[in-house]
Amino acid sequence: MRTLIKLTWVEIKLFVREPITMVVTLALPVITLFVMGGVFGNTPNPDIYRGVGPMDYYVPAYFGLVIAAIGVVALPVHLTAYRERGVLRRLRASSISIWSLLGSQLVVSFIIAVFGGILLLVLALVIYSPHMPQSPGLLILAFLLSTLSFAAVGFLLGAVLPSTRAAQGLGLILFFIMLILGGAGPPPEVLTGAMVFIGKITPLRYVVLSLQDPWLGFGWNQNASLVVAGIMVVASLLSARFFRWE
Amino acid sequence: MTVLKPIIEVKNLRKTYGATVAVDDISFEVAEGEIFGILGPNGAGKTTAVECLQALRKPDSGDIRVLGLDPLTQASALRRRIGSQLQESALPDRIKVWEALDLFASVTPDALDWRVLLKQWGLSEKQKASFSSLSGGQRQRLFVALSLVNNPEVVFLDEMTTGLDPAARHVAWDLIRAIRDRGTTVVLVTHFMDEAEELCDRVAIVDRGKIVASDTPQGLITSYASDVRVIFTTEQAELPWLSEIPDVREVVRRGPRVEVEGSGPVLALVAAALVKHGIIPADLRVEQPTLEDVFLKLTGHSAGD
Repeated sequence: MRTLIKLTWVEIKLFVREPITMVVTLALPVITLFVMGGVFGNTPNPDIYRGVGPMDYYVPAYFGLVIAAIGVVALPVHLTAYRERGVLRRLRASSISIWSLLGSQLVVSFIIAVFGGILLLVLALVIYSPHMPQSPGLLILAFLLSTLSFAAVGFLLGAVLPSTRAAQGLGLILFFIMLILGGAGPPPEVLTGAMVFIGKITPLRYVVLSLQDPWLGFGWNQNASLVVAGIMVVASLLSARFFRWE
Repeated sequence: MTVLKPIIEVKNLRKTYGATVAVDDISFEVAEGEIFGILGPNGAGKTTAVECLQALRKPDSGDIRVLGLDPLTQASALRRRIGSQLQESALPDRIKVWEALDLFASVTPDALDWRVLLKQWGLSEKQKASFSSLSGGQRQRLFVALSLVNNPEVVFLDEMTTGLDPAARHVAWDLIRAIRDRGTTVVLVTHFMDEAEELCDRVAIVDRGKIVASDTPQGLITSYASDVRVIFTTEQAELPWLSEIPDVREVVRRGPRVEVEGSGPVLALVAAALVKHGIIPADLRVEQPTLEDVFLKLTGHSAGD
């Protein structure tokens, strides 16, 4: 436990000292927020965006985007770089457990996600005045679940990808597919059938739904949350199975 | 070789990588409180062998006990009680020296005070420096300090002095002796013959995955390279009586320089004979055989090859 706390604190400090990860993880959602907000404003149209204002639709979706960026880009790149450079080898030889390692990454992921969420919310509030969350308690729950789930995806990618370059390449591709088709891009109502299908098989789709519903006052989205929880369980099991120190 | 109170027991250890046999059926024991050297050229399989002992690699076959624990099934219990200075490893670029030590100290309640370690290993001034700003030698010393911070019962040092300048090497040797004197068993992997001879209580010489000999450094020298060379210069042309001294094997003359090869007390006998014949050279000296000679004799090539 002491090691977990120390390692977490070290990882937080490392993150602050090298904020490039932060920029990559948070810049894209923020830029997308400005572009979409600039184009669509926040006037509801009953045919698209589930009938709510575009910004009311997008702000919770971009919370999901931050979480996805951590899971498919930041975490896998971080873990593969540690493996490639021999940091994992060093940690393992000093009997630092996989639980301390992944636990510390999980806490740092939460901190980035919360920070990114607050940043997005503040910017959106100042410029586009979207509605505030209708069920904040359920939203926080969905946020926790989604972060855990994508962190597990990050651990899995970090476990199976052979190199930092692979993690960067694949991570960005996954990120863009999810951004465009997973519910954080063009309104799903205007996508073609094939695009909707691909969107439906991306984890981000369910994270976006489980965040949007409590925000917009639609209550707890049981089906979406179950999918998010399922991804978390499967990705955790697989990453525990395939994790390699070197 | 069987030793009293073995703290490490290795039987028939074998490890292959594809078609390459890295470690080929080696067995040895390390006694509690000694500095045990594993000596051999690069690529001889030394690192692979000790990494199996540290539960960092899985051997193909063989039986290993370190502190009575099996690295295959009791890896985490083992790692907490040993210290490892790995040949290839790194820390995050931006971690500070003290943070790394503080972190690695947290794995056990009986950790050493890392400030003392920093001082001993000459890193006090680098306490707040980031890992990426350290020189090769400083990184090396930090890794040794990290391997000791959990107050291990056995410490594995793999090419510990590579990258250190000669002065730092001697300081490191003194510190390793101090570690041993405190009761910690040291397994030292090295390709430096002088380091093994200087530091180790016992040495296993490894070549091409096998242990070719194992003994104290002096024992190895006595068994495999006992000849000493007595060297002096003289203007006197004929020295036929030199070859008649018992224990002298060969006399080589190059101008005024004379080299007498032999074994046992040959230095004293040659000196006495010289004095008796009225030759009192000011430059009489003896070259002792070293582990380098033992290695050459045993393997047919030098450790640098």
